[in-house]
Amino acid sequence: MHAVSFQCAGERACCRGHQLMGILRSVCVLLIVFVAAASASHDAPQDGTHDPTNVTHKKGFPVLLFNYDHVRTPFEISLWILLALLMKLGFHVIPRVSQVVPESCLLIVVGLLVGGFIKAIGEKAPALDDTLFFLYLLPPIILDAGYFLPVRPFTENVGTILVFAVVGTLWNAFFMGGVMYGVCQLEGGQLASVDLLSCLLFGSIVSAVDPVAVLAVFEEIHINELLHILVFGESLLNDAVTVVLYHLFKEFSAVGTVTVLDGVLAVVCFFVVSLGGLLVGAIYGVLGAFTSRFTSHTRVIEPLFVFLYSYMAYLSAEVFHLSGIMSLIACGVTMRPYVEANVSHKSYTTIKYFLKMWSSVSETLIFIFLGVSTVAGPHAWNWTFVVVTVVLCLVSRVMGVIGLTYVINKFRIVKLTKKDQFIVAYGGLRGAIAYSLGFLLPDHPMKTLFLTAIITVVFFTVFVQGMTIRPLVELLAVKKKKETRRSINEEIHTQFLDHLLTGIEGVCGHYGHHHWKDKLNRFNKTYVKRWLIAGERSMEPQLISFYNKMEMRQAMMMVESGSSAKLPGLISMQNIQPKVESRGRTIPKISKGREEEIRRILRSNLQQTKQRLRSYSRHDLFADPFEDMNENLSEMRFRKQRVEMERRVRLRVNEGRSAEERLFCRVFPISA
Amino acid sequence: MGALNSLPDEPQYVGLAEKTGFSFEQIGILHKRFKQLSNNGETLRREDFNTIPDLLCNPIRSEIIEAFFDRRNFRQTDAVGTVHEIGFGEFLLVMSHFRPPSIRLDDEQKEVIRTEKLRFLFNMHDTDNDGTITLEEYRHVVEELLSRSGALGKETAKGIADAAMLEVASISMGHMEPDEFYEGITFEHFNKLLKEFEVESRMNIRFMNMDTTTLCK
Repeated sequence: MHAVSFQCAGERACCRGHQLMGILRSVCVLLIVFVAAASASHDAPQDGTHDPTNVTHKKGFPVLLFNYDHVRTPFEISLWILLALLMKLGFHVIPRVSQVVPESCLLIVVGLLVGGFIKAIGEKAPALDDTLFFLYLLPPIILDAGYFLPVRPFTENVGTILVFAVVGTLWNAFFMGGVMYGVCQLEGGQLASVDLLSCLLFGSIVSAVDPVAVLAVFEEIHINELLHILVFGESLLNDAVTVVLYHLFKEFSAVGTVTVLDGVLAVVCFFVVSLGGLLVGAIYGVLGAFTSRFTSHTRVIEPLFVFLYSYMAYLSAEVFHLSGIMSLIACGVTMRPYVEANVSHKSYTTIKYFLKMWSSVSETLIFIFLGVSTVAGPHAWNWTFVVVTVVLCLVSRVMGVIGLTYVINKFRIVKLTKKDQFIVAYGGLRGAIAYSLGFLLPDHPMKTLFLTAIITVVFFTVFVQGMTIRPLVELLAVKKKKETRRSINEEIHTQFLDHLLTGIEGVCGHYGHHHWKDKLNRFNKTYVKRWLIAGERSMEPQLISFYNKMEMRQAMMMVESGSSAKLPGLISMQNIQPKVESRGRTIPKISKGREEEIRRILRSNLQQTKQRLRSYSRHDLFADPFEDMNENLSEMRFRKQRVEMERRVRLRVNEGRSAEERLFCRVFPISA
Repeated sequence: MGALNSLPDEPQYVGLAEKTGFSFEQIGILHKRFKQLSNNGETLRREDFNTIPDLLCNPIRSEIIEAFFDRRNFRQTDAVGTVHEIGFGEFLLVMSHFRPPSIRLDDEQKEVIRTEKLRFLFNMHDTDNDGTITLEEYRHVVEELLSRSGALGKETAKGIADAAMLEVASISMGHMEPDEFYEGITFEHFNKLLKEFEVESRMNIRFMNMDTTTLCK
């Protein structure tokens, strides 16, 4: 027995080794192709100059030509993406490394290596320029985050999140800017020329917590929902503050002086930017939801509406210099409940997977490009500046979190403990947004110095904090996310508790949190849902939609695993239904032949269901038993019952129990 | 200390504060509310709750009102049955179930508070006082929750309640023979069922420390 297991373990290690070799080999091939292609592009134009001299000789018909310029751009883009994905694949083949080092760190290292390689062969490495980042790489990640934002914990903690995002970021920016200015003046020399406004600009760039980095690290540590939503929500909402501060200080840096009027206008600008962004997002969200109401005949293009409306929301907000991130979040959150009620199950799965896919690719590319830009970019290293920046980032974050929590806890029902505060402070990672904003700076005399400092801070937070946060979470025994799916009982009690607490607030006599939530829900049900959800789904209460989703999931599981598989749970309806005494006497016996016939019908029906799921063409989707589930729900439930019964019949008939009796009960249920 | 002299029934407040854990200011405000609801009387009856407009559109309003008159919620051991009218003390005792737990509690005290809140929920479901929630009682709960959806609600309420009971049974009992019958959800099963629910942090409302004059009437 032991010899066999050794062999298997050895084979598995061998297999993994083979996989690793395979991946390394393909990466090498890719790099070689890339280099060859890059160098060939230099040779290509030269061919043209040879033509005039060859005109006297008649060349044969060219069998094989080389024309790289034609496909250069898409080829290189595809090559980069492929490289990124192969790297991602490679990390998961080596289990030990991926458990210690978060993926983001590994990707940056790969970026560094690739950047170094490209520089070594004398090519110019592509930099993470701001158009590419802000218009193409960032939106998928934010849309993915916004669309799947857990709305309930977010709205329950929105006060705390806003305080951290707005006040915390302001504190960070001003504290860092001010202290950096002081340090620069003290240090003298090269740094003395840095004025206060430049320092404040630098502070505003470096102070914002980055959603990409937070997502990348927090995704792997599975921390409890409250902390996750606090840090993540903060990273999303501080975009408005960052946008305003950045433009403010950029303008002032150019002009040189600040007046009180400018200060007041800045505050107004903040409100315009954030509320405007939310409004734009909400409008596009409502439009998207409304459009999805009419897509019942063109199911194939449903996911595209979601993506396009959201992207338009982002771009429209960027046109007016409003907060694009907040607009995207607002669009996703607004659209989601209505779109999910309207679209088919397949479209829902498509939306989910495409969002995850795009955000995954974007994230990978961002980190790799960050590494490449580090190697490529011009650097100006100054020990004092960089070290003070890194230290100050940590210090100001910790001070900010502790101070704000002290104030916030006076207003919270569930207070934040010291452990929570530590995780919130430690999880404030900086990332690619800070780097890109630095890149966007116009030719400022201190630009390279700032860029170097920003890159160092980003590296420090992602590497040091990213790597150590997981063991720290284990060490401090912070509560983890519960892995189990929500059960129907929890859903019932969530609803029950909502109504109970609203009622008790009514008895107490003050309009609290639950009162307003209840009012909003009622407004939503009576007016909004009627407009945005097609058909009779608009009247469906949440409990019923939850139950339907659960039923469908179970039914699909049952059909996919086939009727011979073990069903979850060994308790069935008959254990909880109160027994009816007279049942045994009124059931007539059915013959063996009839039983066979019924069993045959059930089996063929089950096979039919399996076949229908297997094919679809590009333009139509064949009637799928799980499409349009609101119409077929009861039929589906009946079918599920029959599947269950089929299984029981097979098990029971051998034991010689009164199978006919049971069979008859199920096929012709006496009690509804 | 000067502020305390202006509150009426001060010695009574001390006893209540100890029993329920509310602060003096909170008790004062709740007393004002109690007087408002009972029209300056000494006791509250079921009809007095009908004057609260918010409760009228609440689907589980009858259960909420019953909970105030249920002797099991008065923290007297082994008391069952309902009363027709309650005094301020009982009002406060029922309200104290919704007080948020203090941050300085250790795990054991947190467990006690959690059990208390779960017990309150259990009593609300178990309307016949027999210590178990039967299928009929659970069906009634789900029907009430869906009561504003008309006929659609009635059919699926049964299905939902059945699915929920199945889940409880499989979590608590694991495996049952086909002719065994699951009597109902006992308090231990209820506890096990809602283990992940974090009721101690969710079943709270904010009690004001300052008197807000905009009380709804």
